[in-house]
Amino acid sequence: MTTLPAQTEKKLGLVIDLDTCVGCHACVISCKGWNTENYGAPLSDQNAYGADNSGTFLNRVHSFEVQPDDGAAQLIHFPKSCLHCEDAPCVTVCPTGASYKRVEDGIVLVNESNCIGCGLCAWACPYGARELDQAEGVMKKCTLCVDRIYNENLPEEDRQPACVRTCPAGARHFGDLGDATSDVSKLVAERGGMDLMPEQGTKPVNQYLPPRPKDDMPEFDVLAPFLAPVAEEPKGFLSWLDKTLEKL
Amino acid sequence: MNQPVIDLSPKVSDEVRKTTCYMCACRCGINVHMKEGKVAYIEGNKDHPVNQGVLCAKGSAGIMQVNAPSRLRAPLKRVGPRGSGEFEEISWDEALQIATDWLEPVRRDNPEKLAFFTGRDQSQSFTSFWAQGFGTPNYAAHGGFCSVNMAAAGIYTMGGAFWEFGQPDWDHTKLFMLFGVAEDHDSNPIKMGIGKIKARGARVIGVNPIRTGYNAVADDWVGITPGTDGLFILAMVHCLMKAGKIDLHYLAQYTNAPVLVINNPGQADHGLLMRDEHGKELVVDRATGKLTRFDQPGVKPDLAATYEKDGRTHRPVFHQMAEMYLDDQYTPEAVAERCGIPAKRIRAIAAELARVAFEEAFELDQSWTDFRGEKHDKMIGRPVSFHSMRGISAHANGFQTCRALHMLQIILGTVEVPGGFRFKPPYPKPATAHPKPHVGVTPGAALNGPHLGFVQGPDDLALKDDGTPARIDKAFTWENPMSSHGLMHMVISNAYAGDPYKIDVLFMYMANMSWNSSMNTRGVIDMLTDKDDSGNYVIPKIIYSDAYSSEMVAYADLILPDTTYLERHDCISLLDRPICEADAAADAIRWPVIEPDRDVKGFQSALCDLGAKLNLPGFVNEDGSQKYADYGDYIVNHERRPGIGPLAGWRGGDGTSVGRGEVNPNQLEKYIENGGFFVEHIPAGSNYYKPWNAAYQDWAVGMGLYDKPMPYLFSLYVEPMRRFQLAAEGHGDRQPPDHLRARISEKMSPLPIWYSSEEENKAEEFPITALTQRPMAMYHSWGSQNAWLRQLHGHNPLYLPTRLMRENGLSDGDWARVTSPHGEITVPVLEMAALNENTIWTWNAIGKRKGAWALEENAPEATRGFLLNHLIHELLPPKGDGLRWANSDPITGQAAWFDLKVRIEKAAPATESQPGFAPIKSPVGHGPKDLTWKVGK
Amino acid sequence: MHPAPSVIFFTTFSGLGFGLLFFLGLGFPAVTGWMAFAFFAIAYAMAVGGLLASTFHLGRPERAIKAFTQWRSSWLSREAWCAVGALVLMGLYAAGLVFFQTRIAFLGVLGAVLSLATVFTTSMIYTQLKTIPRWHMTITPVKFLSLSLAGGALFAGQVSVALVLLVVAGLVQIFTWVEGDKALANSGTDMATATGLGTIGSVRAFEPPHTGTNYLLREFVHEIGRKHSQKLRAISLLLMVVVPFVLLVLPFSHILVLLAVVSHVAGVLTARWLFFAEAEHVVGIYYGKR
Repeated sequence: MTTLPAQTEKKLGLVIDLDTCVGCHACVISCKGWNTENYGAPLSDQNAYGADNSGTFLNRVHSFEVQPDDGAAQLIHFPKSCLHCEDAPCVTVCPTGASYKRVEDGIVLVNESNCIGCGLCAWACPYGARELDQAEGVMKKCTLCVDRIYNENLPEEDRQPACVRTCPAGARHFGDLGDATSDVSKLVAERGGMDLMPEQGTKPVNQYLPPRPKDDMPEFDVLAPFLAPVAEEPKGFLSWLDKTLEKL
Repeated sequence: MNQPVIDLSPKVSDEVRKTTCYMCACRCGINVHMKEGKVAYIEGNKDHPVNQGVLCAKGSAGIMQVNAPSRLRAPLKRVGPRGSGEFEEISWDEALQIATDWLEPVRRDNPEKLAFFTGRDQSQSFTSFWAQGFGTPNYAAHGGFCSVNMAAAGIYTMGGAFWEFGQPDWDHTKLFMLFGVAEDHDSNPIKMGIGKIKARGARVIGVNPIRTGYNAVADDWVGITPGTDGLFILAMVHCLMKAGKIDLHYLAQYTNAPVLVINNPGQADHGLLMRDEHGKELVVDRATGKLTRFDQPGVKPDLAATYEKDGRTHRPVFHQMAEMYLDDQYTPEAVAERCGIPAKRIRAIAAELARVAFEEAFELDQSWTDFRGEKHDKMIGRPVSFHSMRGISAHANGFQTCRALHMLQIILGTVEVPGGFRFKPPYPKPATAHPKPHVGVTPGAALNGPHLGFVQGPDDLALKDDGTPARIDKAFTWENPMSSHGLMHMVISNAYAGDPYKIDVLFMYMANMSWNSSMNTRGVIDMLTDKDDSGNYVIPKIIYSDAYSSEMVAYADLILPDTTYLERHDCISLLDRPICEADAAADAIRWPVIEPDRDVKGFQSALCDLGAKLNLPGFVNEDGSQKYADYGDYIVNHERRPGIGPLAGWRGGDGTSVGRGEVNPNQLEKYIENGGFFVEHIPAGSNYYKPWNAAYQDWAVGMGLYDKPMPYLFSLYVEPMRRFQLAAEGHGDRQPPDHLRARISEKMSPLPIWYSSEEENKAEEFPITALTQRPMAMYHSWGSQNAWLRQLHGHNPLYLPTRLMRENGLSDGDWARVTSPHGEITVPVLEMAALNENTIWTWNAIGKRKGAWALEENAPEATRGFLLNHLIHELLPPKGDGLRWANSDPITGQAAWFDLKVRIEKAAPATESQPGFAPIKSPVGHGPKDLTWKVGK
Repeated sequence: MHPAPSVIFFTTFSGLGFGLLFFLGLGFPAVTGWMAFAFFAIAYAMAVGGLLASTFHLGRPERAIKAFTQWRSSWLSREAWCAVGALVLMGLYAAGLVFFQTRIAFLGVLGAVLSLATVFTTSMIYTQLKTIPRWHMTITPVKFLSLSLAGGALFAGQVSVALVLLVVAGLVQIFTWVEGDKALANSGTDMATATGLGTIGSVRAFEPPHTGTNYLLREFVHEIGRKHSQKLRAISLLLMVVVPFVLLVLPFSHILVLLAVVSHVAGVLTARWLFFAEAEHVVGIYYGKR
């Protein structure tokens, strides 16, 4: 099972829009809530009400400051979860076959009952997408809400990952990135979606849409006609006013 | 490949119960998934008008809140000294009896000796009704230190405000400009809106010294110097007026810009608006050239014409505006340095506003009829919208700054038009349609009317016959005449000082006054624990209600434990702060989706019991028996006016009436069936131009929002402010004390002005501004004891701009001492480049006191976390005139916590933030060590 | 990387144990009976002890047996097979020597090969990880093998071979450090590729996702000062190579050999601590740490 499928029928994944993510952590907690109650062992928390508190999360929002050569520094919120790579190194290193990539949709999953908690898959993942649950001793990772997206007990429109359903800014999109005609593929094409750490050769399925250029409002010269004075003095202004009102 | 077979369709829950979130003030609809009678998972309700299915981090973490170990378990009676945290659990009977024994004599002899203030609660329509029945004038919620400037400026200027009371027309706006907003009220709708317009390619401009959250995704970030927003706005007003890029039609038709101002120097009516014998404002009709009522059918109000009478020239408001704002003091060049924004950029932004408002104007093919009876074939859209909150309001110049922003909106013609900013019912509603403050106290009887309101002039101030303040918080006095939300932040210090008078019982709800809800935390703690010469506490009795073991619990004598939000009834009512949309009236309920496993009671239900025991009008039947069994009973059966109750949906005996209708005993069941909310859409054609749209006005009357149509003009010129100026000039019977005359004259300008408060805050010695923001995952959430959320924000570094890091030789993780005129803190620092170079900031209310919130005493919130509150005082530093001036807006009394000026220096590495406070004893013990949460097995 | 005692102990002692087994399998020293028992006992104690130690690193050690299933793709699984294979074959081989004074040469040679293969597979567990550029180098298996052989020779009392192998292992170790110090920079993975934001400007980690710690930080981020690591490198080289070398060239004495062995083990443990502690996992980039 640890060998990767030669190809998958679909490439389900997320498209994350760095231009609109406001860094609210809604996806983080929604994920925590769903996956604590659902797939596999709960996502545990240690020292929940004390010092050095920590817990298992399958999705975390980083933030980075980018300083352009020219202009103000920018702050970019950066959600990160499993990218469900086509060449998932976490799968092939697994000694027990617990980690696998699904043939039908490309989702990378951990079969927890086979996991020995050796941690090697987490070592092999460049993105920090896997966390060893400290209470259960098994590896936890984003399941792309495999127990939601096909779940017949959920209304059709809710069959999407919890993080996508909850994202207030609409910065997360879910779909088949193997299908060039899908909405997500089109979004990636339009906005120049990018791989994280392409040089690692993991071929991530999840794509990131770069922030649009910022602080690039046209120079005043271009906009100057919009502020051409109607008069220099208040008196002149009132006569302009009178004339303009006449035309109304 | 033999993949494991997994269950792709596991059962999600046994049942979904739909109610309203209360993790913050946003009031989203939530689906609470139940398994075996327990809360298993919480998600957003897709049908809900507020959040349409999305939910923020707080909302999703609700499960940790309803199971938090910090939940209080039973009524508590203090047995140790105040502040020790030593309590014994008592029964509700005993607790209510103690409260009755304390309150009965107060009501009988002098009701003003009860001060009843509620914090983050949103049942003010109910709590104020209770307080009114009790008869005390001393009631308010926390708006005074929250954002009253924003509310009052909005309502006085345009009959509605930002907060959650209005919203941009997200479907049409093309330029969205945010001032001073981090996470805020209406948080999910704003996130949804920003996402929506950015997907469309609309531009977002963020004006904020700090580039986080919404400002981080803004296309353009203006890292303004704190407190100068008003100046920046007036410079843009200057540019736009000078270029004639203003909506003259809009100004003439819908605002008081054409209304004539009486020119009668030295007389009592100088500067008031010219009115006819019915009090209607007068304009010059451009068609006839005659003096005409503003609402006369067919009138074309003239912005330019003057009116000669008795040898004097009376000019319209707009003339004054031109004179004032075309002045060179408002050129971009004149303000650039002070605002920290290059003049070129100010012009570019003003030009962009003009370009989008006028070049990208559009029309909706929708006819409508205005209040003058004129029919319009189309609705003109100006796709520029604004939003703003505390960043501009929590300054001593906040009221005028908020007014300036509304003026900017109005001259561009972008309020209540397609693509602009729109009100949500029950707004628009002009200040004159709101109540005025009432302070008529009669021992043993109800107050003579609602406590809070909108003064129209000195006559409406809450003063006793001897001119002293009638209210303990000195709201509606000469010090802060237009304090529409009261001044919760002054209650404890005034009660302690016995100024204006002593009180006997302080009764508070959801207000963490001994910690993050007070300025000068240490001082407040001392006031709460100080005793007089005879060994009695200076504030004799304190009753407090909270669901959690907050810092304030230790400082009360009697604790009434509240429920969590999933264990209670609530109504998010049109009488209060509903969940309406710009296109719909909507209200909602909470209902007990789980039953408490503790001996606790919803605070409002406790007030129903207490109200009955005290025989308060409205809380007992004619036979003296208890009128409302609990809050749910009140929500269904209370009528504020005949046919108008807390909930607008499913009224009438058969449940088919909307807005108005008799009581429906099954109303709550109908709400629950509908997902916990009710929506009534505003008909197409009525949903823009609402203040002037005859169809909307009629619809609003039908809904019971008001009793007769009340179209009005936007008040660019706020006449009530002029009335206060006139008093300061010596006119009228009610006169301000002399030391306030100059200030009133200067600050109460009826047209927006800007002034600095740097000098009062000793900016020369303390040159850096210190701000706070609430993180999105914590904003307005009640406490940080939430096991999931506290992992996101377990402590709060002080963020310093790169320049200040370098100048002070600081690196990430170093410690710095921050000193203000009032106090000193020592805290860890972190560098932030996307920050105004003279501003430092931190996340607010992450720091917790040791022993509170069921956290371990070594929790990072209690060791590294800190509050800026220690640096802020409710009074300004002495300025040598023998007086102590309040650290608040002189118009509304809004606490000016964003005026905080500090200096910093590197400190030795420390292990704990300073000042440190001794631990308080937790009345609930500590939480469990580890959590492996799973409800379904 | 977090220098977990379990993995340091495991790689050090299984390397030494299988190194010793390699020599024993080839018939060096040619011992039988009790002497053979003693040598094999030491070798098994180290190899098996190391393997047992590694299970302390597991979240669910009771399922360790499942690790044998994925030999086609997983180096860890291959290691398990090699280790068991080597231990079984060498066990039979040892039984011949101890109980029958018979050396079954083909078992010994095969066992020796499997012993080395075990060390190689162990090294490949680390080498394969592209995420840890300092390990993802051809020299890594050479280092594991050369150290294992040097230690094995030392334990096996093969002084002249040991002298040569110690020098080789020492040189390989130095080369590894030199190359390793450039590995992260040469890997092409940095803040710009990690975030894709490099085209806008220089990228800096701001607030971490959580204010507290997490599994990733505990497991992958271990920052040690450069000065500190240089000192430890010198110490480990001294203990691992220089001291044993000197002790071995001195006139032979059992005490000196024992001291050489002890010094070598201490040196290898130190080097192995550094192997983990100095290794930078690329995930640290997201946290602005290494």
